[in-house]
Amino acid sequence: MTNIAAAAPARWRLKQPSIIPGFGLTLGFSLAYLSLIILIPVAGLFWRSAELGWAGFFAILGDERTLRALYVSFGTALAAALVNVVFGTLVAWMLSRYSFPGRKLIDAMVDLPFALPTAVAGIALTTLYAPQGWIGSLFMPFRIAFTPLGIVIALVFIGLPFVVRTVQPVMEEIDREIEEAAATLGANRFQTIRRVLLPGLMPAILTGFALAFARGVGEYGSVIFIAGNIPYVSEIAPLLIVIRLEEFNYAGATAIATIMLIISFLMLLVINLIQAWSRRRYGNA
Amino acid sequence: MPDQLRSSSATSPAFRDPASEGLLAKVLLILLGLAFLGFFLVLPLVSVFVEAFRNGFGDYYEALIEPDAAAAIRLTLLVAAIAVPLNLVFGLAASWAIAKFEFKGKSFLITLIDLPFSISPVISGLVYVLLFGANSALGPFLKSYGVEILFAVPGIVLATVFVTFPFVARELIPLMQDQGTGDEEAALSLGASGWQTFWYVTLPNIKWGLLYGVLLCNARAMGEFGAVSVVSGRIRGLTNTMPLHVEILYNEYNMVAAFAVASLLAFLALVTLALKTFLELRFGAGATGGRH
Amino acid sequence: MEVTISNIRKEFDRFPALNDVSLKIASGELIALLGPSGSGKTTLLRLIAGLDFPTDGKIFFGEEDASHRSVQERNVGFVFQHYALFRHMTVAENISFGLKVRPSSARPPKAEIRRRVLELLDMVQLGGLEKRYPHQLSGGQRQRVALARAMAIEPHILLLDEPFGALDAKVRKELRRWLREFHDRTGHTTVFVTHDQEEALELADRVVVMSQGRIEQVGSADDVYDRPGSPFVFSFIGESSQLPIEVKGGTVLFQGQPIGISEAEEGAGELFFRPEDVVLVDAPDALFGKVTACRRLAGTRIAEIDIANDGHAPYHVEVEVPLHAPVELRSELRFRPTRWKIFRK
Repeated sequence: MTNIAAAAPARWRLKQPSIIPGFGLTLGFSLAYLSLIILIPVAGLFWRSAELGWAGFFAILGDERTLRALYVSFGTALAAALVNVVFGTLVAWMLSRYSFPGRKLIDAMVDLPFALPTAVAGIALTTLYAPQGWIGSLFMPFRIAFTPLGIVIALVFIGLPFVVRTVQPVMEEIDREIEEAAATLGANRFQTIRRVLLPGLMPAILTGFALAFARGVGEYGSVIFIAGNIPYVSEIAPLLIVIRLEEFNYAGATAIATIMLIISFLMLLVINLIQAWSRRRYGNA
Repeated sequence: MPDQLRSSSATSPAFRDPASEGLLAKVLLILLGLAFLGFFLVLPLVSVFVEAFRNGFGDYYEALIEPDAAAAIRLTLLVAAIAVPLNLVFGLAASWAIAKFEFKGKSFLITLIDLPFSISPVISGLVYVLLFGANSALGPFLKSYGVEILFAVPGIVLATVFVTFPFVARELIPLMQDQGTGDEEAALSLGASGWQTFWYVTLPNIKWGLLYGVLLCNARAMGEFGAVSVVSGRIRGLTNTMPLHVEILYNEYNMVAAFAVASLLAFLALVTLALKTFLELRFGAGATGGRH
Repeated sequence: MEVTISNIRKEFDRFPALNDVSLKIASGELIALLGPSGSGKTTLLRLIAGLDFPTDGKIFFGEEDASHRSVQERNVGFVFQHYALFRHMTVAENISFGLKVRPSSARPPKAEIRRRVLELLDMVQLGGLEKRYPHQLSGGQRQRVALARAMAIEPHILLLDEPFGALDAKVRKELRRWLREFHDRTGHTTVFVTHDQEEALELADRVVVMSQGRIEQVGSADDVYDRPGSPFVFSFIGESSQLPIEVKGGTVLFQGQPIGISEAEEGAGELFFRPEDVVLVDAPDALFGKVTACRRLAGTRIAEIDIANDGHAPYHVEVEVPLHAPVELRSELRFRPTRWKIFRK
């Protein structure tokens, strides 16, 4: 299998020389498959969106119902990500610092939202938090399910492992000496946590927050059951895309999807920037 | 002072470990964390099984063998049986190229592989609707040859492949990067061919990570809802997968049946988690790399 | 400040790490805790700091019983083996940390903190690096930042855990000399832990040799090298050989034969001597054996000898021989120790 690298040693080369075979085959297959499954379909979406023109694009986005749906999606995802920053960090702390009966089991449970189908999570959460549900009935007459708060509940479930699994390994890496050093310098436990440990965990917490937020914005399956889906109030943007599709309003669906994709890509960029920044500033971590 | 020195203390006060919290703070934090996990993880999981068996085992069993449910189960198995091997082959190829070679644009390629993670499942379905839909270029053309993509099994497979695209690759890339190229170079220097090297050297080293990646990929493939919902048309008995069937039953207020089908999916999730935990306890956290 | 350690015992899960250790450290002294790993030296250091609590015994800072004081209250400067710098803080933020976490009544004003930080940076010869982050510094620089950070709180006592352990050989030697100068300038009571005898002998006013949770000997470099108090100290510090002997009628016998040295106390014991403390002789009453190996060591030559009388198991010893001495492999060499010590069983 020949490849570009072998021919031109001094000039630009795609890859470093290696005796291991299979580069052309595996990279070629990967790129072809990636293009067919992901890149071409996604490019198609942008193409369709471009056909709308700026005016058409913004006319759809300027629609009150679209704006409210985007607002609901981003607002609830933000709220849920913030809840997860607090409780996800707490759970990570608990799992990496304390030993108590059932710790391993709980550690394994944290991945449940990764593995449980979203529709299953959706109907289970709805049943629990509905007015007659085990948890919902505790809070009556205050309603949780079928309000934006219900959406937040579902997104907290979905986003939890992103924060825990990003923060936990960094927490486990913290050297005990760091905390002892703070103590010998006179810091009490609260000061050590607030001024030494948390700032050190900040890049991981921010990354976890961004991941949970990005996932929450696009989440569909677990949300639509619990949201109540009242237009202008608890209707999320992905649901509005589905509704537009069912109305055969492809332009409407495309425009909403495009703006969501762009924001997702920006989030991805932000995550990468956070990680690059923390690497530069604190060394390899 | 010397006298004082000799009288050693009989009892010493409780020593506070400078790298830990007090017992009370610890207990409170653990209780708070457990309460949170109880409300958000444990109770939802428990409720699935409680609701499924609310009317006893007979109704549960009935709900699963009912023709539409059985058709949904068969379709789900079929879709996973196509999507998972495709992504398995891709995962092996991509991680081989990325982990065993240094080339330009590698980190960009990794970002592209991760892309489906950050795309809403609904949009994942939408892109295929736009590509193969009635007012696209491709859809009517294929239809004229009798090839149905949308609202048929191929569309469901495509959407499932899209959303489960990164799972195997994501598990394997960090694992194979950690292992480096030393073993492969040794095998090649001993005269093994490329395929022999892969089969006898690389594959045994990554088998557990690969297994876990395949299981995660499978769990997601069987459980995918948003993307499949957009492309399937939700035709009962024909293009209904298990999660879509759950939705239909739920919206018909047939709770026991909805939760019965859901409990199968929940059980699959539990098996996946149990295997992950087992692999990590047995082989250390490195056995299952990456995040998902 | 004077520190007194009184009958300290420390157990980890019933395993005794320190056993009845007492030590008096004079104000301004530079003390080395020297021993192999597992000897309890780091445990002792951590007990002084308050990072661990003794199972039994007391620690006095001056006249005051500090045993029940928490690590925060003890005001000790501790330099950790891997420095434990806060990596999200700049050098200046690291150094000022101990001042900033004080309660507002005891906290110096901002300008004063800044002045102190710059002064300390000058003292550790890192002026101009205050805005750097730890990962932008070399190992030796990090070490000195850790020292400056510990000094910022004006500690009663400075404690260093393997201060040069993580550095390469050249930097280690430079920093060793530098630490001695630093100590002489500031006059702080300083205790450091090391497993490197060269480091301990060169740097410390007094060396505390530890083994298996006990103090074997406390003394100056000359004391522990020239007058080792126990078989452990004799063999742990410097090179030495050891032979089982018996004293009869004032004469030292090895395997029943006189070896040309005398001793007052009768009975069996172990004879210790250093390679350089021997003289080659041509006499019947001496130690003798076949040369099994010979190697050049700087300005001298070391001969390895298997000594044994007929019918006895051989003992392996090393002796220093003059460069011009006619020593050949497998030739027989006769020698007597000129300085030695006999430890009774």
